[in-house]
Formats: sequence, C-alpha cells, structure tokens
Amino acid sequence: MSAVSTEGRIARRFAALKAQGRAGLVTFITAGDPDHETSAALLAGLADSGADLIELGMPFTDPMADGPAIQVSSLRALANGARMTRTLDLVRGFRAKDADTPVILMGYYNPIYAYGVDRFLADAREAGVDGLIVVDLPPEEDGELCLPALDAGVSFVRLATPTTDDARLPAVLANTSGFVYYVSIAGITGTASADNSRVAEAVARLKRHTDLPVAVGFGIKTPAQAAEVARVADAAVVGSAIVSRITDNLNADGTPRPGLTGDVLGFVRELAAGVRGARG
Amino acid sequence: MSRPNSFRTGPDENGHFGIYGGRFVAETLMPLILEVEKAYNATKDDAGFQAEFRERLVNYVGRPNPLYYAEQLTKKLGGAKIYFKREELNHTGAHKINNCIGQILVARRMGKRRIIAETGAGQHGVATATVCALYGMPCTIYMGEVDIARQQPNVFRMRLLGAEVRSVTSGSKTLKDAMNEALRDWVSNVDDTYYLIGTAAGPHPYPTMVRDFQSVIGTEIREQMQAAEGRLPDSLVACVGGGSNAIGTFHPFLDDPSVALIGVEASGHGMETGKHAASLTGGRPGVLHGNRTYLLQDEDGQIAEAHSISAGLDYPGIGPEHSWLHDQKRVEYVSITDTEALDAFQTCARVEGIIPALESSHALAEIIKRAPALPADHLMVLCLSGRGDKDIFTVAEHLGVTL
Repeated sequence: MSAVSTEGRIARRFAALKAQGRAGLVTFITAGDPDHETSAALLAGLADSGADLIELGMPFTDPMADGPAIQVSSLRALANGARMTRTLDLVRGFRAKDADTPVILMGYYNPIYAYGVDRFLADAREAGVDGLIVVDLPPEEDGELCLPALDAGVSFVRLATPTTDDARLPAVLANTSGFVYYVSIAGITGTASADNSRVAEAVARLKRHTDLPVAVGFGIKTPAQAAEVARVADAAVVGSAIVSRITDNLNADGTPRPGLTGDVLGFVRELAAGVRGARG
Repeated sequence: MSRPNSFRTGPDENGHFGIYGGRFVAETLMPLILEVEKAYNATKDDAGFQAEFRERLVNYVGRPNPLYYAEQLTKKLGGAKIYFKREELNHTGAHKINNCIGQILVARRMGKRRIIAETGAGQHGVATATVCALYGMPCTIYMGEVDIARQQPNVFRMRLLGAEVRSVTSGSKTLKDAMNEALRDWVSNVDDTYYLIGTAAGPHPYPTMVRDFQSVIGTEIREQMQAAEGRLPDSLVACVGGGSNAIGTFHPFLDDPSVALIGVEASGHGMETGKHAASLTGGRPGVLHGNRTYLLQDEDGQIAEAHSISAGLDYPGIGPEHSWLHDQKRVEYVSITDTEALDAFQTCARVEGIIPALESSHALAEIIKRAPALPADHLMVLCLSGRGDKDIFTVAEHLGVTL
C-alpha cells in the first residue's frame, strides 16, 4: 500500500464529511471481543451501520486509562485467544472488503513494544491500519513510537484533555496527525459525561491551535449525546457504550447470544442517526 | 546520562536510568506529573522543607533507628558478622513511613487536599493513612481483594487511622491492580488529589523522589557502621518488590566498589514453576505503570500475575533504577522461595527474638545462605525493612496452625 493511500484515508474521510456538512461517528470495539469470529463480524458491519471511522482496541491486561467496560472487554478478548497478530488479521480481513473506512488501532504501548516497534509499524501498514492512538505515550516519549510511525506513513492521533493547557497544547499537537482526539472529561472511559458547553469551548480552543479535525470522546453513551457533540466537533467517538452492548448480549458462560451482532450494530445505527441528524 | 565514574547521578532530565524509567502516562496526568516534578525539585534546595522532613523523621518516625549487631545469628551461622538495620522499629513498623513523610510534605506544598495510595501488604497503606491522620488530609487506599483477605490487621489499622480502604476486584486482585485503580482515581480527580506512590517505581519523578527519601537508610548505615567498625560494610542485602527499601539502602554505596550489593526477589513456588514475583530474574523490559522496567509478561506483552507468599513483593514489575543497576551489574539480584523465606522468618524469631516481615525474610534467607562461607571479618548488613506482626496469620496458615 502506498504512503498516499494510508495517510490519505483519514483525511479523505474528514473531507467527505465536511462536504456533506455533517460530523462523523467514530466507533470503538476491542479486537477479539468477545471472540475472534464475532469480532470480525462486528467489524465487517460497522461501516454499513454508519460508522465513519473505526477504532479497534488492542487488548491489554492493564488498561489504566480505561473504565470497567473496556477493561472487561480486553480481558474477555485475551481469555479467548486475542493476540497482536490476530488483531492485525482482523484489520487485514476488514481491509480486503473495505478500502475506504479508516481504521485506527488504540491501546497501550507494552504489547507494541513487545512485538517490536519497526515490525509492528510494517505489519500494521501492510494490514491497512491508518493511525494509532497509544494512551500511555505522551509527547515526552515521542521518540518511542510517534516519530517512527510518522516516518512509516502511519498517523499518530494524540489525545488532548481538559488538563492540557494552552502552554502545553502546542507540544501535544506538534506531531499529531490524522485528527486530534479530545478527551472531554478528566477521567476514565465510560464514566462521567461532559458538559456540552465546555466541549464546545474546548473544540474552539483546539481549532485555534490546529487545522486538524477534532473528534470528541469519553462519556458519550446515547444517540442524543452523540448528536450534541456532533453539533460542535468534527466527530463523536463512542466506545464503552458499544462495548457494554456486547457485554449485554453474552450468556452467563461468556459465549455470545445469537442476536449479539444485530443488536450491537443496531445500536451503532441509532448513534449514526443521531450524529447525522445533529446539524439538520 | 550518568557520568561514567558514578552510579549516583541518574536519572537524566527526562527521568531515564539508561533505557529505563521515563513517563509513560495518559495525557490527562502529564501536566500533573510535571507539576509533581517541579514541586519535588523545589524541595531539594529548600532548607525549610529539609528541616521539617528531618524533624519528622527524628521525632515522629524515631530515627535514626539502630544498626544492630545480630550476635546470636552470627554465632549460629559461623561466618560473616551480621548487622540488622532496624527499619522495623520505625513508627508503623516498616521503612515505608520515611517516604510517606517526605511525599505528604510535597503534596501539602502543592496545595493538594486529598491523598490516594495503593498498597500490597498494607504497610504502605498504613504509613500513608498515618501521615494523612497527622496532617488532617482525607485519604483513600486501594488494595486488592486478595491482599485485603490476607492482611486483615493492616486493613483494620488503616480504617482506625481514618482512611477509606477500597477493595479492588479487577485483574489478579493484588498490588498491580490496586495501582491501576489508583491511577484511574487520579485521572478522575486531578484537581485536588495527590497520588502517594509507595515504591521507587511509576512515572518520573517518583522513582527518584522515593529513592531520595529512602536513602536515609543507607546514609545512616554508613555513619553507624563507621562508628561501630571504623569502616564500610562489605555487603548489603535487601529484599526487592518495587524496591524502595533496597534502593534506599544501596544508593549511598553505589560508588563504593568494595561494597557488594545484593537485591533479593521473591521466587514464590520456585522459578521453574512460573509462580513467582522475580521481575529481574524471570522477566524482561517492558512498559507498565508509567515506566519502562523489567516486567513479568508473556511474549505478547500481556502482564503476568506475580506470586509470592509476601503480599509486599507480589508485583510483576520493579523500580526502573534496579533494572538499570541489574544491566550495569552493579547490584547482584537473586531470588528466594516462599519456603526459604518462611524458614528464615522462624529462624530469626527463635535466634534473635525478632519477628521480621515476610518481605525482609527473603533478604534474611539469602544471608543465611551466604554468611557461613564468608570470613569472620566480613561485615554484612540486612535491611530489616519491616516487622512481621502483620504476617503472623499467613505464617500460621502455612505452618498449619489455627489462630
């Protein structure tokens, strides 16, 4: 795959959204949750259900910045055999059928470090990964993965948070590419919800510092909340609420109920409808 | 990086000891971590801070504690002359209080109003709850469900001291998960909360700050050994979980090549069983809890569960400076099994009339192995990091005694 096609997929998607005059929906699921096959089926259905960009979680035993819903999904995936090679297989399988929807891998550094940074970047690019979000790599550690990723033509999407002040923001944005992910609360995923007027202020502040699109996440649980965010940001990110729908569709022994995929994708369609109707 | 003629100049300005250390935390925490670093750096040259810290160590903690010549154990082993650095005589019964006094003074200077901490055996939790009571600050202690069950006396102590003890039920329900939960709390309460980390690990500046506060141990050993024997000790032995008592013991001696330094990890059921907590002996470098260091992990970088009879050593990582000292071969790291530690625990109780913590018993077991083969003029120091009262239930259970 050429550098243009990977770097371009995220930019092309945001350009298309802008042309349509609407915000995008970014959906998160954990790779291999609850098992590899179900995860592949969910991934295959997300774009058709209205996801404009896909964040795929790389499972990790100790996801310190995530709440209980995503931690449980990570441990569930690992218990069912999730591995980095299989996460990349999921992307490869998805990419064979969908050449346009951006896929961003999200997770923590240790599994990438263990895989080997150069090997990881080469394999991720080959599989069709467009960007990375690595929660525990702040700009102070850019040499680890961010700079090699940019060299390899993989976007490094940085998180900006309510604690990132104006003095620090330029450092956070310096090597960010693809889009900026604004974490709307100082907290963990899937817990509190942000006050929307403060989100609007924060997005405006980011826009003064960067031309990159701004996606907003953490604490968006309903189509109505997604719509509110979509009125002020370039995209709304929903993770824990989708992952919780997966949890809700498991039997007591952890196996998926027959209706799991349909129910989860149905929820994604509701979220998409919220986002698409937001600026109507 | 460090000048080649010194092991004591690290870390570099970004908190790295060689490739170890650093600041691997979520962006939400970064501004706060930088603020902690700034506040800590300001204390080093602040005479008022240093005077207050010293005064508390003397009048509240009870320092200097003795360097005790363990004559009976020396006679029994028939080799090296053995000294105990009596950290277990500190207020609250372990070395942990040295660091807690230092950090709560930093937190107060930062204007923080609430303290959180993680604890394994409960010693750090008790020490944190103690300084919070002393300074009238509310505190929340995260502790794994498994550790709560095996360290009931310490849980009760923390509650008596006014702390809220939150049971952690995620993951392996031990120290590593308590640390995850504390980090989550901190991310969610950055405005008013200070995270008082109990060991020389975590994001920079914690490994350095904790080391500096604990270095009072080694500094006193230097002075006391000089007074007792007129020279430096020949070897120092300390147990290593995260490694705060060990780094505090070793650091003042790192540039003295005649002093052998031995860190003792917990090999639990034995290295060959895979059920151990020996990160240096059985792990490899990785990134967890804000720093790069040796970790117990599988080939995919997933963190493995540690095992040790001692809740205080039951952690899959280790302080980053130890990882660096291991690679530099300045400190020798060995491991001791649950059974060997239990034997040493009983030996010490019977021979010296001192009940050591199970953590310290690992270091003692290594001394019992080494001392007989050493000459009588070899001066060997054990950092007796804590007292074993908290462990009597665990030990009784292993000895088949119902209390």
